[in-house]
Amino acid sequence: MKPVTKMWMALGVVILLSPLGLILPKHFKAGSAWGEWSSTEIQKMIGYVPRGLARLGEIWKAPMPDYAFKGWEEKGLTHLSFAYIVSAILGVALIVLVTWLIGRCLAKKGE
Amino acid sequence: MHIPDGYLGPATSGVFYAVMIPLWMAAARIVKKTLKARQVPLLAIGAAFSFVIMMFNVPIPGGSTGHAVGGVLVAILLGPWAAMIAITVALVIQALLFGDGGITAIGANCFNMAVVIPFVGYYVFTLISGGAPANSRRRVVAAFIAGYAGINAAALMAGVEFGLQPHLCHTASGQALYCPYGLRIAVPIMVGEHLLIFGWIEAVVTALVVKYLYQHAPELFGQEGQK
Repeated sequence: MKPVTKMWMALGVVILLSPLGLILPKHFKAGSAWGEWSSTEIQKMIGYVPRGLARLGEIWKAPMPDYAFKGWEEKGLTHLSFAYIVSAILGVALIVLVTWLIGRCLAKKGE
Repeated sequence: MHIPDGYLGPATSGVFYAVMIPLWMAAARIVKKTLKARQVPLLAIGAAFSFVIMMFNVPIPGGSTGHAVGGVLVAILLGPWAAMIAITVALVIQALLFGDGGITAIGANCFNMAVVIPFVGYYVFTLISGGAPANSRRRVVAAFIAGYAGINAAALMAGVEFGLQPHLCHTASGQALYCPYGLRIAVPIMVGEHLLIFGWIEAVVTALVVKYLYQHAPELFGQEGQK
């Protein structure tokens, strides 16, 4: 098997394992990454929401926020893990497509 | 390390977009000269790996989370300029599709993770491994140290960017407008948690994959990885 084929397979395995990145922080009761809090969390931490942060924080509504489907915030860990894998597959597919196109445009032909 | 929208003021966000545009253009020019057609799949896999690695949030029990980026690995395989393109693509998709990192912060996030990580990592790797034969222990150790150095340098940059905000932008009464924590809090925390925990994950991932690839697919390292 060609090394690149093996790497695609490894990528598939890593995608299937990705919910660990969701489950472990929940299990160990870890909160948000430092500097990536929601407005509610900031309100609790410092007693107010900085005005610019409140305004700019609303500038973009991602279609799959936090690697989940919209409206799934209250679902259990099994559902969220499924959404996490779907997000990983979608993200990888898009990234491979875009990078491939850029690479094809830039790379020297026939080498 | 993905700075969300609202944590950086418009001036900081603008500066980093202004810094990134010429860097992206330079990357396109340089990669055009060096990237071979057969390396294109590797570039795509590198970008995809980096994206998925960043989904593995590692908890500090009862505290915050963090993750590796895989940027040093891509830089060792394809060079820092190609790595910059690959990681930029991953970061832009994360921001647009998943709201991981803000769209106003794409410039800053790309500077930290798509420039600082691959360049620091790449030069630490070449400095330590220079002249060592492929598949030697020194190259694996070099990859380990390069991974650790790269992500910690990026954490320092992110800490400075966060920490400058309350000094730059506040109301007359002293309330912060954007990130509320200053340099004395943001820098020690960002750097500290990466020095103590997340940096080791980047180091181990980089070293293990580099070791495996030198043993099983040394041809994947272009002249970049054999210098």
